Amino acid sequence: MYRYDEFDHDFVQARVAEFSDQVQRRLAGEITEDQFRPLRLMNGVYLQLHAYMLRIAVPYGTLNGKQLRMLGHIARKYDKGYGHFTTRQNIQFNWPALSDIPAILADLASVEMHAIQTSGNCIRNVTADHFAGAAADEVADPRPYAEILRQWSSVHPEFSFLPRKFKIAVTGAERDRAAIQTHDIGLHLKKNAAGELGFAVYIGGGQGRTPMVARKIRDFLPEADLLSYCTAILRVYNLYGRRDNKYKARIKILVHETGVEEITRQIEAEWQELKDAQLKLPEADIRAIEAYFAPPALAERPEGDQAVKLARLDSKGFSEWLDQNVVTHRHPDYAAVTISLKGIGEVPGDASDSQMDAIADIAETYGFDELRVSHEQNLILPHVARADLKAVYDALVGIGLATANSNLISDIIACPGLDYCALATARSIPIAQEISRRFASLERQREIGELKLKISGCINACGHHHVGHIGILGVEKKGSELYQVTLGGSADENTSVGEIIGRGFSSEEITDAIEQIVETYLGLRLDPQEKFIDAYRRVGPAPFKEALYAGEAKAA
Amino acid sequence: MKILTANRLTDGIAVWYADGGWAETVDHADLAHDKAADDRLEAIGAKAYAANEVVDVNLIDAEVVNGVVQPVRLREKIRAAGPTIRNDLGKQAARAA
Repeated sequence: MYRYDEFDHDFVQARVAEFSDQVQRRLAGEITEDQFRPLRLMNGVYLQLHAYMLRIAVPYGTLNGKQLRMLGHIARKYDKGYGHFTTRQNIQFNWPALSDIPAILADLASVEMHAIQTSGNCIRNVTADHFAGAAADEVADPRPYAEILRQWSSVHPEFSFLPRKFKIAVTGAERDRAAIQTHDIGLHLKKNAAGELGFAVYIGGGQGRTPMVARKIRDFLPEADLLSYCTAILRVYNLYGRRDNKYKARIKILVHETGVEEITRQIEAEWQELKDAQLKLPEADIRAIEAYFAPPALAERPEGDQAVKLARLDSKGFSEWLDQNVVTHRHPDYAAVTISLKGIGEVPGDASDSQMDAIADIAETYGFDELRVSHEQNLILPHVARADLKAVYDALVGIGLATANSNLISDIIACPGLDYCALATARSIPIAQEISRRFASLERQREIGELKLKISGCINACGHHHVGHIGILGVEKKGSELYQVTLGGSADENTSVGEIIGRGFSSEEITDAIEQIVETYLGLRLDPQEKFIDAYRRVGPAPFKEALYAGEAKAA
Repeated sequence: MKILTANRLTDGIAVWYADGGWAETVDHADLAHDKAADDRLEAIGAKAYAANEVVDVNLIDAEVVNGVVQPVRLREKIRAAGPTIRNDLGKQAARAA
């Protein structure tokens, strides 16, 4: 994986020193909160309901064991023994004291981590396919490009005060696991007819109160032009993006108001000025960054097939986990493993300090010291020999993280909601927990099949409800929590925004409503192979509305 | 009725103004029953903010239940107790101990 060079080390150390000084001056009363707030936000420090919150960047979701162990150490020493993995592949701590943050940042810097640009109106952590470098279906590893974007966007003087935050995602496969069409810029790494690498470029996707699917503005951008083209997009956005209304300040609104043809014309015109200048990426530089992401040397382990076959016979639990949480690797003797942070009734995305330590051990022992955070709030071991899968499974069972529910209804994305978040209008986590408990039977979950359920506790949509096959949005109505349901959203290569199905449900009603929706789907699907999203796209909302609200209409 | 709440600067912990200082629990927060009392609390909050003792200062609705002050809104109830999903965290943890 990427190793800091001298420049990176100096840059992060300098930032730790600078922010430590700012914290000291704040605590000494030398600077006001109004002066300090933008400084702390630039360093990932928020103020939530109960305490400060520190959001730490995990660039493109890639971690090693040492880094995860350090996160466990921070959880133990400075926080309350756990951390929360987020949909930007980051991690948040919910209870740090401001006075401890300089020490936390110094600890992070010692393992090449930081919290820079995890907040503020700048280019945020660039996300990538969590199976990058391992997936059987990828054209190339997207992370070198994410790293190039990270280097370019870190304290970029022109793009540190954008109209609003700016998010970029990169995928290297046709099957989009990075939700690129919900991003300000989505990049799909591909090859052209000549076999050269480049990108399909999407802009203007986003969620929040005005969800929009990104528009493709280029089918193939040569890799050498990545930075010049992104610069052109950001320049147009920085110049014309609205600053008068924060709810209309994202690039999606600019794309919508300007029209995709006109904004593409503006971007292309800007790009003509830039494309042959210093932002053109030299081939040698791309390949040098790529070398940092060279896959581990994967020795032949042909004994895996037999080992897996025997272990399957031996353990039903292993067999189920294998079917659900283990995916094909580009090397036939290996597999990529999803460590579900969605145990039945648990808080989605939370891991304890001891779990982090144990996962670090597993990664070091069986996973070539590589880990990923997925935007679906799980952890990934991207390279595990099939021969070692049973040992990994057993180790995960030992720490309560072997729930075989990847991509099933209890693999829920949920924002922190009103239990933590100062912006939330309703709780998300208890709803996720109750739905998870209702569908606790893995047999029933498998019978239902792939179903992406996503919950947000306010319209900002951090829980990605707009793109859930089933989405739940919590709002406050007359002092109570009310949950609106959307159906038909999706965040893959066929991205769509879900439709509101009807009146909302109280916290007591919502789980029943979800069950009703699921039962309706089971009743109308053509066969068990027809997934929820496909069935919904075939039949539309009517049968679900009927199931949920017909009784009311008759009663009225 | 209103009470004055904020988060302490140094550690961000939620606090309520009570009996001339900032208390870590809401139970005995100073109650304002009229506009003049609201103004008095607001002035105290503004002064503490200016003195860098607290941040995010707010006057919120409260009621008295069984002799103890409680916030009215769910958001503020959660601030006063801790996450509803983890009874071992926040103010409620100390109360149980």
